[in-house]
Amino acid sequence: MIELEGLTKRYGEKLAVNNLTFAVRPGIVTGFLGPNGAGKSTTMRMMLGLDNPTAGDVRIDGKHYAQLKDPLTYIGALLDAKAMHGGRSAFNHLLCLAQSNGIPRARVAEVLDTVGLTPVARKKAKGFSLGMGQRLGIAGALLGDPRILMFDEPVNGLDPEGIHWIRNLMKSLAGQGRTVFVSSHLMSEMALTADHLVVIGQGHLLADTSMSDFIEQNSRSYVRLRSPQQERLLDVLHEAGITVVEAGNGTLEVDGGSPEKLGELAATHQLVLHELSPQQASLEEAFMRLTAETVEYHAHTDEPGMTPPVQEPPLARPGWGESWDRAKDEGAR
Amino acid sequence: MAATQVLRSEWTKIRSVASTVWTLSLAAVLTIALGVLISILSRNEFKNMSVKEQMGFDPTFISFAGMSLGQLAMIVFGVLVVSNEYSTGMIRTSLAAVPQRGTFLFSKIAVATLLAFVVGLATSFIAFFLGQAMLGSYKAQIGDPGVLRAVIGGGLYMTLIAVFSMGVASMLRSPMLSLGILMPFFFLISNILGAVSATKKIGRFLPDQAGSKIMQVVPPVGDDTPYGPWGGLLIMVIWVVVALFFGYLLLKKRDA
Repeated sequence: MIELEGLTKRYGEKLAVNNLTFAVRPGIVTGFLGPNGAGKSTTMRMMLGLDNPTAGDVRIDGKHYAQLKDPLTYIGALLDAKAMHGGRSAFNHLLCLAQSNGIPRARVAEVLDTVGLTPVARKKAKGFSLGMGQRLGIAGALLGDPRILMFDEPVNGLDPEGIHWIRNLMKSLAGQGRTVFVSSHLMSEMALTADHLVVIGQGHLLADTSMSDFIEQNSRSYVRLRSPQQERLLDVLHEAGITVVEAGNGTLEVDGGSPEKLGELAATHQLVLHELSPQQASLEEAFMRLTAETVEYHAHTDEPGMTPPVQEPPLARPGWGESWDRAKDEGAR
Repeated sequence: MAATQVLRSEWTKIRSVASTVWTLSLAAVLTIALGVLISILSRNEFKNMSVKEQMGFDPTFISFAGMSLGQLAMIVFGVLVVSNEYSTGMIRTSLAAVPQRGTFLFSKIAVATLLAFVVGLATSFIAFFLGQAMLGSYKAQIGDPGVLRAVIGGGLYMTLIAVFSMGVASMLRSPMLSLGILMPFFFLISNILGAVSATKKIGRFLPDQAGSKIMQVVPPVGDDTPYGPWGGLLIMVIWVVVALFFGYLLLKKRDA
């Protein structure tokens, strides 16, 4: 169990992390999601006592990180794959970590085997690919057989087989009752692994909700319509009392509409349809809508003067504000 | 957190990187080889020296002449032992494993200091005996007054140079910055200050000049240094302690 309370980090004028309060619970995978520069890594470094918070507090099973005796046996972390001396062999890298926390030497060979690095155990880490470095970092996190595991962007640089492996690893670790906290900037990745979501943007908490709630609240289903007789189609839909959104390029979107009814309606009025398709907004879009205002580095692919790429959601999103309130209440308790 | 665990871990760290072997063996080889060379040259030159120079001839100190170069390798050793952690990003992994930053830093420095002392002392003895062998009839004996102190002092001097560098590297973190300051400081600035009479009085309170006094057996004629061999070493120790103190203070406060 990791508890953050009012955690804040200020670099000069800039608030990197602003008053974060949430808890990471055991037995599930908690995804820590946010765009690049949202403050994920800074938050994780503060959790490990590497950076000092400007304000607020982090507790690991009720204790400050520095109070943990042999901390690697409580919490294992992968921060970045290259946080190691490249001239040292994989075995010696893990051995020096093990010795500092009183972990038996035999455990080094065990974790090397778990991550599949036994054949290169005596090779220097600088010759490792990004994926192998990532595996070695994960081996370091597993070394002390800790109850809490923390991974910062673990799938970065891994090949599909490696990604599959780490997803299963995280799920099985959580299945053993451990606390698993994993950061990512990819919603699609989180959707596959996380049971719970903590979303931040520019250091602010945007959501603290279960994955299923997030999907329910944020995935929008709609029907896309295209017709050469768009004007008439619009009139017909209006008469039937159906709300339509013009999505540009001659397409219309009906939220929550049923394709059967819409098709029948068009047939009754003898309208030609070029497209009638049910659509599901991806979670990636939901995530982008949620963090749109807080993204620090926008890429501008559009011409100046054109409409911004992220549109206001046509659908009100009841709920995500609720979870923010709920998080605040939990923090107050 | 048991300190013995951290000491063992730091020993694994220091013995498992190539730079340790390279810098320490370079320090030994440079000190010994240059000492031998200068001892040979001194023996051949002795007859041509002035009486004053012959009076102040210090065969023990001559055999340590290579230390002016060998100490640079010791500086690199001291700097790399500490700054490796920062330049590789290992520091975050290390401090997550050992959050007690004082224990972490001083265990690292203790292990590196012990290693530097063993290598420094061996180097000093070898440099002395080989140097004396080259000096022929002008040589000193290990049993002569003050000679054993000077030879052990040579080992202490090399050790303290390395520890001072560790302290500076703990403050500056970057290996390039640390070496960029320490190298010219010991190789140029100290020599320049010592050569100009106006600044000579300041120069002799610098760590290397004060510390090297321990290796002298016969002081130069007209020497007015206000401290003896152990006083000089003490001045050097004070420099080392100050560097370590600020290194620790900064590590304690800083974000890793």
